[in-house]
Amino acid sequence: MSEAHTPWRRFLDRPNEDRVKVFGVAFLTALFSAVVVSVASVTLKPIQEAHLAAERAARMEEMLDTLPGMREMMAEAGVDALETRLVDLDSGTFVESADPAAFDLRAAETDPAQSVAIPSEEDIAGLGRRATLAPVHLLQKDGEVQLIVLPVSGKGYQSTIRANLALEADLSTVAALSVTETGDTPGLGARIADPSWQSLWPGKEVANAAGEIVIDVVRGEASGPHEVDGISGATITSNGVAKMLRYWLGDDGYGPFIDRLRTEGL
Amino acid sequence: MTSAIRYLTKPLVSDNPVTLQILGICSALAVTTSLQTALTMSAALTAVLVLSSATISLIRHHIPNVIRLIVQIVVIASLVVVADELLQAFAFEISKELSIFVGLIVTNCLVLGRAEAFATKNPVWPSMLDALGNGLGYSLILTIVGAVRELFGFGTLLGYTILPTGEEGGWFEPFGLMQLAPSGFFVIGLLVWAIRSWRTEQVETPEHSLEPGEARP
Repeated sequence: MSEAHTPWRRFLDRPNEDRVKVFGVAFLTALFSAVVVSVASVTLKPIQEAHLAAERAARMEEMLDTLPGMREMMAEAGVDALETRLVDLDSGTFVESADPAAFDLRAAETDPAQSVAIPSEEDIAGLGRRATLAPVHLLQKDGEVQLIVLPVSGKGYQSTIRANLALEADLSTVAALSVTETGDTPGLGARIADPSWQSLWPGKEVANAAGEIVIDVVRGEASGPHEVDGISGATITSNGVAKMLRYWLGDDGYGPFIDRLRTEGL
Repeated sequence: MTSAIRYLTKPLVSDNPVTLQILGICSALAVTTSLQTALTMSAALTAVLVLSSATISLIRHHIPNVIRLIVQIVVIASLVVVADELLQAFAFEISKELSIFVGLIVTNCLVLGRAEAFATKNPVWPSMLDALGNGLGYSLILTIVGAVRELFGFGTLLGYTILPTGEEGGWFEPFGLMQLAPSGFFVIGLLVWAIRSWRTEQVETPEHSLEPGEARP
């Protein structure tokens, strides 16, 4: 029984009711499980991300298909996909120095060099940080914007909601809202990703006559062009969508860019 | 060897976890709207069950009794997270449909039940066979229920048209009810009835019986 002298053996030989053994087994089980879970999560992350990216691209195509006349407009403009350009959110100008195809919005959101902290009084979407650049998708004809698609994100009930907001040429009328990602409660908050709810959005106006962003998701029946029906039982998610849009269309989001498009055009 | 085979075959019909022990009903209702989700869920549950039973059986002499359930749940929960991650990576479309139900394998009484009742008291190999048998017993019921619900709800099996529906110019009128949760209860109930008519030893003796005077009011 020479091996009985190693610390590991002595630990295992302790009676199961021994306090050291109880804590030791609990700790080792937790440690082992944590390692297994972490390894699985880290190694599988790239594959899962690829699926999500494909899903986002598919949602974008789907959204384009739901817009009436969109395919014809694209055929007229001689393109089969929207043009993607990077926008500097602070100045509202296009950034030509970086390649939009190589831009990784998710990585940029958490990279200190490519993102800024959102001042807490501005941070109605609960994001904490935002990237300094944003990839916008647009369709133009003879130098005029026909449609612009803005990626937005915000805090839902228990997950980050990501969506694409498509605005028509007047930059105020919603052409479509397409939720690309949400992890909110299935059957309640996650219903924001249902086509039936998203179909409430086209035709709504995000800004009033004075140019203020007033779009809202309300309880019960929506009245007027600035309101959309909320989902009953999912107030926090519904409010999250409204706050997300208000943040991203406001001065800290795409506000400067939209203003610049209005006054100067592309 | 015969006893090893018995571990494997006993839970298929004569000691089926779903129809005899009535365990794992929640997921059996939720994921059986189509055969494919039922098969994926069955595979995920069987894999988690076998691996958790093996792990728990391996460390059974060193699990202190006071934290027995916690240790078992931690092992099961980590395996479930891994199974969920694997599905999200390699079966993305199906993982979206199964959504929360894979995560809920943790709370499936079947998994903890086998760990507590069998794996803590038996060596690794019989524990794995017992887990595999129970997983297959669960899978068998899910497959039958999933096939019935998909066939009569959509007229398809695994997405292939078996009964051409009216919309496609066929004759079959899909039963909308088959796509709703209650039909899962009906199909499982009918299965329990069929199995107990065949294997009458499974019929439970009633806990209460009517007094002769009360039978006819």
